[in-house]
Amino acid sequence: MSLARTRRPALGVALRDAGLAALIAAGLFLPMVGLRTDVGPTGALFLRTRWTDVLLLMLVVFAGRFLVRLWQEWKTERRAPGFSQRIAGPLSRSGRFVAPVFLLLAVLLPVLPGVGRYELDLGILVLTYVMLGWGLNIVVGLAGLLDLGYVAFYAVGAYSYALLAQYFGLSFWICLPLAGLLAAFWGILLGFPVLRLRGDYLAIVTLGFGEIIRLVLLNWVTLTGGPNGISGIARPTFFGLTFTVGGGPGSFAEFFGLEPSPTHRVVFLYYLILALALLTNWVTLRLRRQPLGRAWEAMREDEIACRSLGINITTTKLTAFALGAMFGGFAGAFFATRQAFISPESFTFIESAIILAIVVLGGLGSQLGVAVAALVLIGGFEVFRDLQEWRMLVFGGAMVLIMIWKPRGLVGSRTPTVALGEKRAISASMVAEGRG
Amino acid sequence: MAPILTVESLTMRFGGLTAVKDVSFAAAQGAITAVIGPNGAGKTTMFNCITGFYRPTSGSLTLHHGGHGVALHRLAGHRIARAGVARTFQNVRLFAGMTALENLLVAQHRTLMASTGFGIGAVLGLSGYKAAEQAAIRRASTWLEACGLIDRADDPAGSLPYGAQRRLEIARAMCMEPVLLCLDEPAAGLNPRESTALGELLRAIRDGTAADGAPPCSILLIEHDMGVVMGISDHIVVLDHGGKIADGTPAAIRADDKVIAAYLGEGDEDEDGVA
Repeated sequence: MSLARTRRPALGVALRDAGLAALIAAGLFLPMVGLRTDVGPTGALFLRTRWTDVLLLMLVVFAGRFLVRLWQEWKTERRAPGFSQRIAGPLSRSGRFVAPVFLLLAVLLPVLPGVGRYELDLGILVLTYVMLGWGLNIVVGLAGLLDLGYVAFYAVGAYSYALLAQYFGLSFWICLPLAGLLAAFWGILLGFPVLRLRGDYLAIVTLGFGEIIRLVLLNWVTLTGGPNGISGIARPTFFGLTFTVGGGPGSFAEFFGLEPSPTHRVVFLYYLILALALLTNWVTLRLRRQPLGRAWEAMREDEIACRSLGINITTTKLTAFALGAMFGGFAGAFFATRQAFISPESFTFIESAIILAIVVLGGLGSQLGVAVAALVLIGGFEVFRDLQEWRMLVFGGAMVLIMIWKPRGLVGSRTPTVALGEKRAISASMVAEGRG
Repeated sequence: MAPILTVESLTMRFGGLTAVKDVSFAAAQGAITAVIGPNGAGKTTMFNCITGFYRPTSGSLTLHHGGHGVALHRLAGHRIARAGVARTFQNVRLFAGMTALENLLVAQHRTLMASTGFGIGAVLGLSGYKAAEQAAIRRASTWLEACGLIDRADDPAGSLPYGAQRRLEIARAMCMEPVLLCLDEPAAGLNPRESTALGELLRAIRDGTAADGAPPCSILLIEHDMGVVMGISDHIVVLDHGGKIADGTPAAIRADDKVIAAYLGEGDEDEDGVA
């Protein structure tokens, strides 16, 4: 009796909600899907209507919303621990094994059967974003400073290498640390004016900084080539051995007595970015267990308390900016040497947004989460290439779903850096997100 | 007794509002000095001046430590902490997402940071840091023990009950090895039993018996709970409307007419004089 009484309103609520959603869908889809201009046989445009498609979409929305609402009502009625809570324990425990498995897969990828040029290129792309994600994770995840202009440091790194190689003929291996240092320098330069800013204001200034760098690169034509970019950037060498397609003296293939193949370079680049990404991870993980990393996290939790404990907020913030920027610079130098061509087009705001999305979806401060998020976002984007324009929808949908299911990212919990007994993960609800 | 902190004609103005005007007193070394007063008397403002969160409009603050005076009113906030002044907050400010132990290690940031070669040596894994960290963990453990929190060392600070959070904040301040501990309403929100325990802890901190190897530490506290204040203070300073109205031992303060008037109200004819 009582059950029936509680069920019926739930059904009604769900129906009304679904109807409303269907109406909104109608409002959206009627102009967007229902009307379409096509080119007629005479070359003139004519309006084609697709009312059945609109109706179908509305039905889908109605059914989907209805089921979701019904499920929500049913869940609150049961008051049982949610699905995510039940699997959270095993998931965090499995984290211990997931990371080595991922690492092993990453190391063995080039020799796995069925892995060709395309898969390796995709691997390089994913690893570049993993590295950028890890770099930004220092600033956003650990220090809690929202940075929307991270791509600026990526650009500084890329242009540093390209220009140094072009004007001074320096090799990649000399330019790599220089690119990192220059990016770190720009990180500090950005850090100074934003020391007092928090949250939204910090985000806006960093966003502006990213745009300034891009616009300077675009307009300083005499130095950077402007919108034409820089082409013919020198490729990296393997201890002085080049990767020329034709083989020849002094090439990698000739030295090791191999058949010259363009795959060699791709495999080399793959391992190069893997090593760079792992370096980022290693430094971050080490620093997290050290006073500096703890000060970053403490600053994210409570800046005022930090000050009362004698921690210099200025230097702590600047080191976070500088270190994050340095790894962005490394990734930029790698990007330049891989593409052999760079232009300001590659360093637009959308790149910053994607890197930030990787960090947020992965879970602020979590190294594993960021790596998985990069794999899902960048790899997934490639996998769904067949869906053409629909993949944007899939992409957006996946992001919304993750944020509903896990609002604090894939791995939202925090592992303590030190413990007297056993280290137990700290639930995401305790950990501050940082407001600047 | 020699003073640890002397406050001389301290004035703090916010625009047209004078929160603290011309307050002078001295906190004695090895003693518990309490600052009391009705709400809005300027206690917390004065505290924020001493601990560097506000820069006083005029007046001077001198910390006497190691045979020479340090002018606190000229130092930046984090430098005051390094000079040996630790503080807690009226509304507890712990690093909620970090464990109790981590909170205490953050407090030892400065010594640990120096031992890492400012981060560079530690990343490379040089050995000096390991020993320094072990020492820091040992010190944190003794303070956790002193505050009865050793069982919760690996729990996030945000998950501790309120009374435990208050004690942890004191432990965190003490891990800095300060010479002067400033407590802003440490007994607020505690039940009578916890208040008594807190009084004992503060006395032990003053005498240097709270934890192994802890030197005696002078205490300056703001408190509303008269039971705690009268029970543990060696010296009391009373503020009202931003000015000092009395200064003396608990017994003298209890008998002071001006203090009684400030707390209980005055006769009608005096109202005009105050306004």
